[in-house]
Amino acid sequence: MSLHASIKTWRDRFALDVDMTVFAGETVAVLGPNGAGKTTLLRALAGLIPIQGHVELDGEVFDDSRGGRHVPTEQRRVGLVFQDHVLFPHMTVLQNVAFGLGRDSTHIAMAWLNRAGLSDKAHSMPRELSGGQAQRVALLRTMATEPRLLLLDEPLSALDVTIRAEVRRELSRQLAGFTGIRVLVTHDPLEAMALADRLVVLEDGRIVQSGTPADVTARPRSRFVADLAGVNLLRGHARGDHIELEGGATIAAPDAGSGDVFAVIHPRAVALYLDQPKGTPRNVWRGRADDIDLEGDRVRVRLSGPVPMVAEVTPSAVRELRLDAEPDVWVAVKATEISVYPA
Amino acid sequence: MSQARVPAPLLALAAGGLLLFLLPIAGLVIRAPWDQVGSQLVAPETATALGLSLFCSLTATALALVLGVPLAMVLARTSGLLRSTLRALTTLPMVLPPVVGGVALLIAFGRRGLVGSPLHQAFGVQIPFSTAAAVMAETFVAMPFLVIAVEGGLRGLDRRYAEAARALGAGSWKVFAQVTVPLVRPAIFSGAVLCWARALGEFGATITFAGNLPGRTQTVPLAVYVALETRPDGAIALSLVLLAVSLAILIAMRDRWLGAP
Repeated sequence: MSLHASIKTWRDRFALDVDMTVFAGETVAVLGPNGAGKTTLLRALAGLIPIQGHVELDGEVFDDSRGGRHVPTEQRRVGLVFQDHVLFPHMTVLQNVAFGLGRDSTHIAMAWLNRAGLSDKAHSMPRELSGGQAQRVALLRTMATEPRLLLLDEPLSALDVTIRAEVRRELSRQLAGFTGIRVLVTHDPLEAMALADRLVVLEDGRIVQSGTPADVTARPRSRFVADLAGVNLLRGHARGDHIELEGGATIAAPDAGSGDVFAVIHPRAVALYLDQPKGTPRNVWRGRADDIDLEGDRVRVRLSGPVPMVAEVTPSAVRELRLDAEPDVWVAVKATEISVYPA
Repeated sequence: MSQARVPAPLLALAAGGLLLFLLPIAGLVIRAPWDQVGSQLVAPETATALGLSLFCSLTATALALVLGVPLAMVLARTSGLLRSTLRALTTLPMVLPPVVGGVALLIAFGRRGLVGSPLHQAFGVQIPFSTAAAVMAETFVAMPFLVIAVEGGLRGLDRRYAEAARALGAGSWKVFAQVTVPLVRPAIFSGAVLCWARALGEFGATITFAGNLPGRTQTVPLAVYVALETRPDGAIALSLVLLAVSLAILIAMRDRWLGAP
């Protein structure tokens, strides 16, 4: 059981061009900044917008633009969960859950509400529910139709932080008992890490990276992923023991190999000095602290210079360096702290 | 927080405008033979006209609902040039002089008309100067009010309700009947009320296309016009009825004019 999708679609000047495969029992999180095309991708998979390409679930062809085939949404058995619940406001909770069911719908819907501990809300109207309850009912309404493909569009992001945990629990419980294919769209890395087996990073309508959450964050291939992993990402051309960066600077990195590479430097591996450091061979240059941000018991210093990056130092180091009065510093990175991989 | 004051000359003009509305209505109410209103209304001619008006306007509203809601749905789905064209066509009767509408109907459905002639030859059916013609004239003039209101409601509707319903397996008919219509019910209701009020007051298209036959096509506005010559008290009584209905609708609708409430 698997989902194969090869989708091209256009909207105004935005183009989405995605190839992806998802296997049964797998939760794939589509992660990306706002406007990357995440929701468009979900709508294409649901059959709500016309596409060029091919979408196939378990051998059943949903879309095939060359063969002129398009299976309408209502015949796909896909479950669609929106950012805000989209419960039908003129129906009771029970009627909402029963909406997608065939015979005996009321009994089945009641059983779903019972299992979720929401049976006392069966005859309430959606406007009488809290945000968390409404989103849980929306999830039940979708799960009750036993979809083969579950499409979740930022299911937690419209909720207050305080009730997000309640809905996330329900979501985890429902996802655990679900044997179909799950595609979750989110811009929240935490949501993605907590729920997904695999991440697909979407930027400007294209997949820039995919893999397990650990893989993706260990070897970022875009600024967006590097930012959410909290590391510095450099790109350049490797020549044996050094890398010529895109900005024109050069950094030393043993065994850099050759060809286009990414280089990742953790902010904690970036050291700052008042005076030019001597001794072991390092990458050393003059930098300027543009911005200082306290995060927990560490201070993140955003540096400009030949190699712009973020350093993470202790508050006492900031005091010793007198960064607020004298923002110019020496920046040093040990060559062995740079991890290099092909671009 | 205070707003800028309205200059005195403007206030005077506004008062003049208000008087233009109020004086005729005041005249109607003051001159009404209140002791005779009851007996005038149950007089055979007036009672017949009242009954016919009620029948025609309600039938026209029902027709407008059956034809106008689907039309509004199609309009709400279109965009660009097609939308402007369809919109202009459907709203034309709102700005067209009703007499012109009546002439157009007569030319299309008259015995020698575009549609009327084959209809007459095939079935011996004659539309003009029948109650059916009065209903058609009222539908022609009043339906745009319903279409505009419902289209506004549909455009304001979050499309994700229909999308959610479709993802839950609902076909287009189930989406329409169980999701779309209930959600735009306020717009349909206000549109239907406006449509009915317009149909009830219809004069020009009716008298042109349906004539002025007591008991068959003579609705209240036509009866008022005729009675003004012969028995002005009856005309005033009937006018009061129309005035009361219009006022009641205005109060009930408040600000829910054109578009979704």
